Amino acid sequence: MSDYNFAYLDEQTKRMIRRAILKGLAIPGYQVPFASREMPMPYGWGTGGVQVSAAVLTPEDRFKVIDQGADDTTNAVSIRRFFEKTAGVAVTEATTEASVIQTRHRIPEAPLREDQILVYQVPIPEPLRFLEPSEVETRKMHSLEEYGLMHVKLYEDISQHGAIATAYAYPVKVEGRYVMDPSPIPKFDNPKLEMAGIQLFGAGREQRIYAVPPYTHVVSLDFDDYPFEPTKADHACDLCGATDSYLDELIMDDAGGRMFMCSDTDYCGTRCAAGHCGAQGTPLAEDAA
Amino acid sequence: MQAHALEGGFTNAPIDAARAFRGLMTAMARPGTICDVSGATAPAPLSVAAGTAILTLCDPDTPIYLGAACDTQDVRDWITFQTGAPFAPADKAMFAVGGWDDLPLAKFAIGTAEYPDRSATLIVEMPELSSHGATLSGPGIKDTASLSLPDCAAFQANAMLFPLGLDFIFTCADRLAALPRTTRVR
Repeated sequence: MSDYNFAYLDEQTKRMIRRAILKGLAIPGYQVPFASREMPMPYGWGTGGVQVSAAVLTPEDRFKVIDQGADDTTNAVSIRRFFEKTAGVAVTEATTEASVIQTRHRIPEAPLREDQILVYQVPIPEPLRFLEPSEVETRKMHSLEEYGLMHVKLYEDISQHGAIATAYAYPVKVEGRYVMDPSPIPKFDNPKLEMAGIQLFGAGREQRIYAVPPYTHVVSLDFDDYPFEPTKADHACDLCGATDSYLDELIMDDAGGRMFMCSDTDYCGTRCAAGHCGAQGTPLAEDAA
Repeated sequence: MQAHALEGGFTNAPIDAARAFRGLMTAMARPGTICDVSGATAPAPLSVAAGTAILTLCDPDTPIYLGAACDTQDVRDWITFQTGAPFAPADKAMFAVGGWDDLPLAKFAIGTAEYPDRSATLIVEMPELSSHGATLSGPGIKDTASLSLPDCAAFQANAMLFPLGLDFIFTCADRLAALPRTTRVR
């Protein structure tokens, strides 16, 4: 512990990040530039989320990290260990017990409470970037509220595929002003962006921080005749039987065998422990430890 | 420099600042919520909350404007020693500290269309702070909230500037609340 400043970053860096977070909360959906630091992990591994978490954590917090909903992937485990070591915070895998949750590409299934903070790792924060490569131009488009290009993109989806084919990183409009990339969460999660907890987004390589305060209006872009639809695999979880959770598809063998399971491991595990069982799950034995 | 400029800072800077920032962030994310903060003791007339907010957010990168009543040599020495923040006129300041009547609102930076974040944050010292007063609604507020504000028209005009505008932190003794530009005041 004594080898690191609390939560790794130096105090001046944390102040700079904290000022950016406050401006981000004051201007929901607007990407605040910040002087992202090199972190002891590569870009793409959540350096933005890690810097935001470092600026937000207090010693009293209980920290949870998920990667695509799972607590036990390499990325999630490394980041959780990183803050266990540098901030000495308690950690958990239970969504309901965590006060700060860092996430890559999912929003937990369990609704977040007012005292919880969700920190997203963001690869490309600019929703218009793949439509307009120039930062000068996209910045101007945001300032003029010129989002026609995004609607054209969704329209082209419809004209080519018969439906809006964008399935993740589905663009949203925040509080009627800024179009925002919710990070590559499945569009199934978009309705959860209006929540009781504070949502902070950090993009390390792209050097942007943005935020959505609790109870902020977040509207997924759509058309009157092609309304937004949160979609998931039309199946129940094969482990816990849940029909309301986002599912991962798992290939089981070379013969085309497959199963669907909750991407949120804590949600699935909690349900299994409560006695729910899916088509391929093992029923909970009465005397299980 | 007076010796008391050396006193009243954070005793454990990383921990004190982290806890104080949680209060500041909660206040800014949930307008109308009053949070307790502590850790710094600034010279009079600055409150504990204002001193703590300054130590948590200000450093050599952030020019500060001092309202007339706060602009004493003791306060200047304390801020200079504790944070290294330079002092600046209102139009160059990123932060301002002072009583409501001491802050020339029209002069502060409200950001630009392309960089609305380049706007000042005003730390307003209040004689009292309570959840009775103007009705607030907007991001961060479930239905409505109430907060004792020093004015109404000024905040309504500020909200009209969105996405530009000023953000406010109200401090009184060891408590603070905040009002970002998005909050609608009635």
